[in-house]
Amino acid sequence: MNNNDPLIIAGKEFKSRLMMGTGKFPSHETMAAALEASGCEIVTVALRRVDLTAPGKDILDFIDRKKYHLLPNTSGARTAEEAVRLARLARAAGLSEWIKLEVIPDPRFLLPDPVGTLEAAKILVDEGFVVLPYINADPVLALKLADIGTVTVMPLAAPIGTNRGLITKGNLEIIIEQARVPVVVDAGLGAPSHAAEAMEMGAAATLVNTAIAVAEDPVEMARAFKLGVEAGRKGRLSGLGSVRFEAEASSPLTGFLR
Amino acid sequence: MNSFLEELEKHDIKALAGSASAFSTANVKAALSSSHVGLREFLCLLSPAASDMLETLAQRARSITLSRFGRVIQLYSPLYLSNYCLNNCLYCGFRKDNPMERKILPPDAIVKEARFLFDQGFRSILLVAGDDPETCGLEYLREAISSIHEFLPSVSLEIGPQSQENYIELRKAGAEGVVIYQETYNRELYKRLHPEGKKRDYAWRLETPERVALAGFHRVGIGALLGLGNPMEEAVALFLHTSFMLKRHWKTRLTISFPRMRQASGSIKPLNPVDDRAFARIICAFRIAFPDVGIVLSTREEPRLRDGAVRLGVTHLSAGSRTEPGGYLDPDQRKEQFHVEDGRSPAEVVEMLVSNGYDPVWKDWEAVLV
Repeated sequence: MNNNDPLIIAGKEFKSRLMMGTGKFPSHETMAAALEASGCEIVTVALRRVDLTAPGKDILDFIDRKKYHLLPNTSGARTAEEAVRLARLARAAGLSEWIKLEVIPDPRFLLPDPVGTLEAAKILVDEGFVVLPYINADPVLALKLADIGTVTVMPLAAPIGTNRGLITKGNLEIIIEQARVPVVVDAGLGAPSHAAEAMEMGAAATLVNTAIAVAEDPVEMARAFKLGVEAGRKGRLSGLGSVRFEAEASSPLTGFLR
Repeated sequence: MNSFLEELEKHDIKALAGSASAFSTANVKAALSSSHVGLREFLCLLSPAASDMLETLAQRARSITLSRFGRVIQLYSPLYLSNYCLNNCLYCGFRKDNPMERKILPPDAIVKEARFLFDQGFRSILLVAGDDPETCGLEYLREAISSIHEFLPSVSLEIGPQSQENYIELRKAGAEGVVIYQETYNRELYKRLHPEGKKRDYAWRLETPERVALAGFHRVGIGALLGLGNPMEEAVALFLHTSFMLKRHWKTRLTISFPRMRQASGSIKPLNPVDDRAFARIICAFRIAFPDVGIVLSTREEPRLRDGAVRLGVTHLSAGSRTEPGGYLDPDQRKEQFHVEDGRSPAEVVEMLVSNGYDPVWKDWEAVLV
């Protein structure tokens, strides 16, 4: 990847534009190997899965904190209040001040609550957290979150775990167009080509979990997503040609005009 | 807001279950390729025509489970508090008229049992008690929950139905989930099987999951005890109940279970036994109909079946369970609710999961969320 093209979040530079989630893997060892193959630097972990009482048996033991930037997430929180409590717990336990904010009242489709997310983000930003909110692809919400000081917005491509790709594409384009903070396309990316497309559209990064974790070979799939993200980013930076639906006439009708 | 009881009464469950016999293999294939599995498609999956397509159903169920839940199985353990019960459910070892020795754990014993489970790795505990508010009332339960919630993030309850107000108190004490099985959705049969006690009240029990959700619990488990009523009818009613809860109480995470009745000492034999193939088909049909709902399988089932069912769609397993109060530190089969069929230790169940390519998850909850 182009070393002169870092991803910058809250003043911190990252070389990789692929972030990874840590759920659904067949084992911690496979997860660790997939993280390595993906080249990712930011790794999100559900706080509800972390066992702060049993050091030595935990998912965190498989994530090298010197190598990866830990991004605890608040999955499991249904309300702003619950998300704030989880974030405070993460900070108190010394895990991180960076929080992937997830406020998800609907356990079925796992869609985020825009109102609760905004409320929690306000509180957490005020308390000094570095907040990366997971949101639906809602351009106005993305603007409001950036206004209050979140360091990214993380709109979904499709509902978590569905592998359906960029079904919110129209709104993602608007969010990217209006963005003042990095836009990380999160959730629903089912194939490396989806990640490449998100990057070609101008996303700053993508976050992938299910598509890698449940692949037949998670490690090779992690590598494939790494390549997809890099290809999409290079395509974006290299000036993609516009899509044409009609051939351009070699003898233009307006050629006589001076 | 209408209740599930009103919803259930709109349907002729017997007729719906009977209508499944009209479906052909082509109907089953169409149901499998449908983007939405409604009642009609569900009936197709459980129809006689689908019985020869069990492998196809299993493959579909597995694929759905993998994409929604990944290769992850949640582990939990029951902790029996008391075998005192004022009900006389004819199929249950704890029933009032069964002359078994009764025991209720004092507070220090609850903590000791919970510590034992904690040391084995468990972080999710299901507190189970017979229905006797005299000995095992609100105060006792609140104390039990709060004493172990200090070190166990996920505490859920399988106790007699409570009022919404009581459920709010129990949630505030630290419980995050409630499991309440209807046993049988067949009202006439329900009446015959529950001759005595508060449990005679079919509607009070049927509407319990709604009170649990309204009390703000994060999770509720529903189900039917297979072996009592006609299994096809029970499956149809549970389908309707699951659909109702998902639509009406959409913030509450739902798990479902279909425990198969085991004859306990002093209780009746199963009235409608469900064989392994029929049981597997029920698991597959529910997974295909409800991709996002957790499916729980206890140690009532033998190892061979549990190991196979994990690959179909089960997402939550208990392990190393004892079904008598105090059974982990002071085992006494004479006080059991039923005898478990899978006697493997938690470590052995973990070994099985790992060797099958699954990640056993002990902790999937955080105490501050309650």
